[in-house]
Amino acid sequence: MIASGAMSPWRTILRREFRSYFATPLAAVFLVVFLFSSGIFAFSLGGLYERGQADLRSFFQFVPWLYLFLAPAISMRLWAEERRLGTIEILTTLPVPIWHAVVGKFLAAWLFSILALALTAPLWITVSWLGDPDQGAIIAGYIAAALVAGIFLAIGGFVSAITKNQVIAFIVAIVACFLVLLSGFPLVLNFFRGWMGSGAIDAIASVSVLTHFNSLMRGVIELRDLVYFASGIVGALVATALVVDWRKSA
Amino acid sequence: MGELISASNLQKSFGSLRAVHGVNLRVNAGEVVGFLGPNGAGKTTTMRILTGFLDPNDGVVLLNGISIAEDPIGARRTFGYLPEGAPAYPDMTVREYLHFIARARGMPRRDIATAVEGVATRVHLRGVLDQVIETLSKGFKRRVGIAQAIIHDPPILIMDEPTDGLDPNQKHEVRELIRTMGSTKAIVLSTHILEEVEAVCTRAIVIANGRVVFDGTPSEFEAKAPSSVTRNRMDHVFRVMTGSGVEAST
Repeated sequence: MIASGAMSPWRTILRREFRSYFATPLAAVFLVVFLFSSGIFAFSLGGLYERGQADLRSFFQFVPWLYLFLAPAISMRLWAEERRLGTIEILTTLPVPIWHAVVGKFLAAWLFSILALALTAPLWITVSWLGDPDQGAIIAGYIAAALVAGIFLAIGGFVSAITKNQVIAFIVAIVACFLVLLSGFPLVLNFFRGWMGSGAIDAIASVSVLTHFNSLMRGVIELRDLVYFASGIVGALVATALVVDWRKSA
Repeated sequence: MGELISASNLQKSFGSLRAVHGVNLRVNAGEVVGFLGPNGAGKTTTMRILTGFLDPNDGVVLLNGISIAEDPIGARRTFGYLPEGAPAYPDMTVREYLHFIARARGMPRRDIATAVEGVATRVHLRGVLDQVIETLSKGFKRRVGIAQAIIHDPPILIMDEPTDGLDPNQKHEVRELIRTMGSTKAIVLSTHILEEVEAVCTRAIVIANGRVVFDGTPSEFEAKAPSSVTRNRMDHVFRVMTGSGVEAST
């Protein structure tokens, strides 16, 4: 029960978290690195100009790889920082259900990464001005990119909840995200093939972020892919809430 | 006046270490209970169990009649808590932090500014309200911790070493504050300083090796000393009750 005129707790936590990015140079560094490297990837490696096509494929195809490193950089502090500072003891003794804290923190991180994505809009504007791109495909690309950020942040948040060391949280999150990103590819599958049945291999292959990302990138937003990202995010958040509650004093 | 804190037979082990071993505690409104004990005796662990930050292996905690295990959110509304070391978010200003706590506690938005001003006056924080917490001295940080614990005027206050790191003037102010609040609230505080118990507490509870070894008024505690001891009588009783031979002789 919340008194009238009060903000619901997850929004209070979202607000505090989101502001905290801008209290330190973290936000500026992140945004600059994100925009700079996405530009370099799109133009140099992706050949945005040379392809001579008015679309953003050459930009979007590198987004999952960028987020592979940048999402853990955001998520590593989510819970590890609370443990290191001891503020987890304040947070978990406030009359706030644990899932409010988990959702609030996740949404703050997600909004921040979506903000970074939104700042690439000049690319979109330029392409639209120079040619006549398939706007549907571009919108689908942005949605796909945001969903990849979401699932990486949810996984990274979970990893951050199990340690108070941010460096460990960062590295383990990169490895975990890498495995999820590429789980449909021979690199990862061959590792499991030796000692797992084909059913298990298929299951592992189906959790590949890249497969679903590419499927969305084709410009067709399929329910299957949305369900995949939604259940991945929700699953990681539930696991985070369980770990925080279970190991809050650890 | 009603019984606000009721803890029965609290047990907590960390691996093979029995940190709290059968602690019982009843505190009524109008009582200020001082927890005494050597480092590692189980004071902090007991307070963490009272606030629900740690789950006990056995035992029941009722706060204002509400079970912390069965209705954690309801029970958390009844108290304010100053954890060990007075943790706070370093990148926020004092005002932002107190606003955050008030909002997370479900305080109606229109009351928050007044509550922040009021509590800042009571614990002498007005001059630093717009200063970032990490730039504050230890004494000010401790007072920020006290402010967040009392901002919602809870019937129960649990404070782990509220005067640690304060200079003598600040100690005096905080003790006055606790004494004033103690007339209507149930307050539990921990301390190493025996004179503090005499100065602010209506009852002293001594914990050693996870057990309560004394529960009574400060004067009863002092009266345990033989009449041959004329100076530092409380120190003498404390050493006899809690100390090993080595510690008692130093």
